[in-house]
This record gives sequence, C-alpha cells and structure tokens, in this order.
Amino acid sequence: MMEELERYLRKDRFPHMWCPGCGNGIVLGCMLKAIKKLDLDQDRTVIVGGIGCSSRAVGYLDFNTLHTTHGRALAYATGIKLARPELNVIVISGDGDATAIGGNHFIHAARRNIDLTLVLFNNSIYGMTGGQYSPLTPAGKKATTAPYGTIEPGFDASELARAAGATFVGRGTTYHTELLTGLILKGIQNKGFSLIESVNACPTAFGRRNKMKGGTEMLLWQKENAIHINRAGQLSKDELEGKIVIGELHSYEAPEYTELYDKLIADVRQETPGPSIKPLKVK
Amino acid sequence: MSRVVELARLMQGNEAAAEGALAAGVRFFAGYPITPSTEVAEIMAERLPRLGGKFIQMEDEIAGMAAIIGASLGGVKSLTATSGPGFSLMQENIGFAAMAEVPCVIVNVQRSGPSTGMPTAPAQGDVMQARWGTHGDHPIIALCPSSVREAYDLAVRAVNLAEKYRVPVILLMDEVIGHLRERVVPPPPDELEIVSRREPREAPADYYAYRAGADGVPPMANFGAGYRYHVTGLAHDEKGNPTNDPATAEALLLRLHDKINRNLDDILMEDSRSLDDAEIVVLAYGAAARPARQAVKEARQRNIKAGLYRPLTLWPFPTAGVERLARQAKTIIVPEMNLGQYRIEVERTVRGRAQVVGVNRVNGELMAPGEILQAILEVAQA
Repeated sequence: MMEELERYLRKDRFPHMWCPGCGNGIVLGCMLKAIKKLDLDQDRTVIVGGIGCSSRAVGYLDFNTLHTTHGRALAYATGIKLARPELNVIVISGDGDATAIGGNHFIHAARRNIDLTLVLFNNSIYGMTGGQYSPLTPAGKKATTAPYGTIEPGFDASELARAAGATFVGRGTTYHTELLTGLILKGIQNKGFSLIESVNACPTAFGRRNKMKGGTEMLLWQKENAIHINRAGQLSKDELEGKIVIGELHSYEAPEYTELYDKLIADVRQETPGPSIKPLKVK
Repeated sequence: MSRVVELARLMQGNEAAAEGALAAGVRFFAGYPITPSTEVAEIMAERLPRLGGKFIQMEDEIAGMAAIIGASLGGVKSLTATSGPGFSLMQENIGFAAMAEVPCVIVNVQRSGPSTGMPTAPAQGDVMQARWGTHGDHPIIALCPSSVREAYDLAVRAVNLAEKYRVPVILLMDEVIGHLRERVVPPPPDELEIVSRREPREAPADYYAYRAGADGVPPMANFGAGYRYHVTGLAHDEKGNPTNDPATAEALLLRLHDKINRNLDDILMEDSRSLDDAEIVVLAYGAAARPARQAVKEARQRNIKAGLYRPLTLWPFPTAGVERLARQAKTIIVPEMNLGQYRIEVERTVRGRAQVVGVNRVNGELMAPGEILQAILEVAQA
C-alpha cells in the first residue's frame, strides 16, 4: 500500500518536519488511502492548508497545493471551489487554525454547505509555536499559556460543524486508522461540506506537559478512551464523560452551494434581461 | 459601415469601477458590505451571474480577500471592494497575494478615519496604508481616479496590471468619487485593451512556478491546468517550495520589487494642466485634484504661472515625474484630505530643491477650490 501512495507525495520534500510520535503522518496516510480508493485525479484536486504543524502537510503532497494564512484556509478554498466547482477541494487544518482564528470561516463554510472536505487534525494544542492551549484543549489541561491548567471549556468541533450546517461529520483517531480512512472517503464523496475530525497525538507539546508519556502511550490512550457511536448510545452521560465518540456522527442531505449557484446562473440567464441601455448602431 | 456606439450614461463612481472591472474580464467577486463601497458589491451581485460569473458575500473582509485569491488561482479574474476598516482587515491576505504573486484587484473607497471615523464622509487617509498596509517589504500598485470615467478606465487598467505583473492592485477611490454621478460614455468594448496572465508553455515537468523570464514575471499556471505546484506565503524557491535559505529568500524579494521597478514606464500614469511654464505646481490626486484644477484655472486668470500635476498611479511613487517638478517649480503645493501622507514622499524626492507646501483637511469634507487658490496666492505674493 505504501508504494501505491508514494505517487501522491513530493518525495524531494522529505524528511518531513514533524516530531517523533506525532500523529500527523498517520492522518495524512489515511487521507491518501481515501484519495487512492476514490482514484482522484491529482491534476484536478486542490489541497489547501492553513498555518500550523498539520497544515504544513500540503507542501509534501503532489497535487495543486495552497498553503495559506493562519485560519483562512477555508476562505481561500471557498474561492477556489466557487470559481472552479469541477475541482476536488480538500482542506487540512489544525484545531487552533480551524476553530480559533479560523472559527468564523469554519461555521460559515459549514453553513453554506459548500463542497469542501475539511480534515481537522485535532492534537489539542498549538504545536508549531510550542504548546499553547487551543479552543479544543480540554478544560484543566496544561499548556505553556495555561501553566496551571486551562480554565476555558473546549469546543466540540464536530457538534459545532453539525449545528452550523455541515452535511457530513465524522470523528476518528490516529489509532483507528481504518475507520478514519473510511470517514475521509465518505467526506470526500459527500456533495457538501464535510468535517472529519481526527484526534491526534502531539507528544512533544501536549503529551509531555500532561503526563501522557510518549506517542505510543498516547495512541493507547486513544484506544482506551474512544467509543464508537453505535455503542455510545447505550451509555449514560456519566459513562461518556471524558470519552471520545468516534464514527459517522452526522449525515444529512441538503443542497450544495456551488450547484445552487450554477442553477442561479442558468435561471437568470434564461430570464429576459430587464430594461437596460443598449448600444446604438449608427452609420 | 455601421459601428456600435455606447450611449452616454449617468453613472456613479462605484458603478463605474464595477463596470470597468467587468469589462476587463472580472468574473469573480467576494466581499463584505461596508459604506461607502457597498454599491460595488451590489452591482456585482446583480451583474456577475448574468455573465456566467460568481459573486459571494463572505463572513468578513478577511474572507473576501482570501476567496478572491483562491478564485484567481483557479484562473478567474477577481475583485473585491471595501473601505477603511475592511481594508485594514484585508492587509494580511494582500501581503499573501503580493508574496505568492496572485493577480487580484482591491477597490478601496476611502472614508474618514481612523477606526470607524465618519463612515459616510470622504477622506484620503489610506494613502500610506495602500502602500505599506501589510507587513514586510512588498510590491504594490495603487491607482487613484478623480472622475467617474477615470474610475472606469482605471478599473480596467487595475485588472490589466494585476494580470500582467501578478501583483495585487489597489484601486484607491474615495467617497467623493465613489458616490459622484457624472455623464460617462463607456469606451466600446472592442477598443479596450484587455490583458490576461501569461500561462506556461513548457511541459508540466519542466515548469518552475516562480522562475521568471526577462520581465521578472513568472508565467502562471492556473489550478486544474495540469501543472501541480505549491503556493505559499512562506519564502519560497523557484518551484514554490518553502525555504529558509537567505540567498533564495533575498533573490525572491528583490525580484518581486524588480518586476515593478523595471516596468515603471508601463505602470506609471499621470495627467497635467498648464504645467509647461508653471512656477507653482499643485500636485493633487483623487477627489482633491478636482478643486485643485479649478484653483489652478483661477490662478491663471490672475496671471499666476500655476500648473497641475496629477499622478494617476500613486504607488509605485512617480519619482521621475516629481524630479521634473523639483527642477522646474519654485513651489509645489500638495492638497490632501489627510495630514500630508503623500507630501512626505514629495518632500523626500524634492530634497529641498523647491518649497513644498501642504494644504490639508481632515474634517470629512471635500476640499474647496478657494483654500487651494489661497495657498497659491500666498506663495505667489511671498
């Protein structure tokens, strides 16, 4: 499988910049497997990233790639998709990038149900700047800017996307790679806005400070604490406290934005144009 | 032989900017409502779908600027329009467009500031922001119209320059020109010069997205055209890949400036009145150039050797033009609806060879010919 995925990589860009134990490579691998299964045309696929460790992934990928400004990946991607609806557009963003500085674009891209697939690498921390807390850092966890533990409650990014209007929402972890691959695949297939949140280990900036040991232990933590949506329904709220619900969380049919716009163009072009000043023909 | 003649229309400045951009081939607009630029968005929302183009109202100006960069990378000529507070929000992504060399046009209809200021009142307070609003040394082009017809023409020109030099271009209007209505005869479409980005001819394997030819401007492959490359705001090599190599980063920045500086003959536009024998020159732009023209006319009626110099390209700065004035004139009067943002640049170029006098207004009202004439008379009598 690995060899089959190599065609999607800019191998001259390696070694990558991520730390030992980082989950980014696992999510990226799942994403490429989904792309492989769907046989997406590399020339017709755009991958957009924001700013942060995970967003740097776009530079390693052999597609039309765009590494944007902090938090704005979805806004850039909206422009690409609306201008060129025939292109596949996938967005890679971290938890700080997507839900703090980019939170506004996150809810509005979901609200429009524009056909973008957002793969959210949720490692609960700002890794690139050295470990500051993000809106997805669980309350009580330590960060360089929360040395006594954060007193802010975190977002549930998947719930936020669902409430805002996303038509496909799934959550996986870097331990459950088959599940994650399948979710990304379904997200790309969904004609509308899709969020795939991947719970991701950052041993360097998050685990170390929160007594979670190394990358392996953090993967095992994901295994122990993840509960599939099919089983979560049978558990009480108390039993679900501190657990990560994974699987296909939300799937819904609604009109897609660029299709609506194309229909609007077709409709207004059929209408008789209103009174306007026409050029004169003179001899 | 019959020919098509456009009828004269009573047109608003903002409308002229929108129509000019459409005539130049703009087919994508993303923006956010803000006084006094909103008409541009409204016209685009109505006109673009009829032309097969796309309009989107984004969640803020940051997103509007981001979306037009995305659309332009997709190969569609793109525009946004805003005013002071929104222009401030756009700055980071304007820097991205400059660094990644993505053609796009930003209409900024200036209003009184700073901050929310007086939203419906005119000003020219964004002159320096148009030049240096985003961080880092970056190239930029800013064009400044003084009439409705000129708003149309410079909108066409702004799109052309953005495409030709792969640079963000600011159409720096102000509330007076934006909301002014004048009789305009739009130029016949077949007489317009329309420029589109140069696309690569080489095979994708041989394509270096940021390797420029003699003119300093690399050919641009649109996303989806079969050239897979990387676009980033990080310092990058000729392939577009990020780098921290000092020599590569420096070569990139120098080329970004060089592609503008070596093409000044093409980029700089100016206009003048009674300049030949002028000893007192009024250097004015945008709305302030209208009363300036009247003041010069009245000064001439009093046998004062006054003239008007009007840069249409504000940035890059018309150094050679101002050098000429410095050698010719005894005094250069710079009327501005700000506290002298452009005058500083004039003084820097003149270097004491002529007296430079500012006439400034920051009360949200248009300057009147009388106050510029007064300055001319004071200088003439001194």
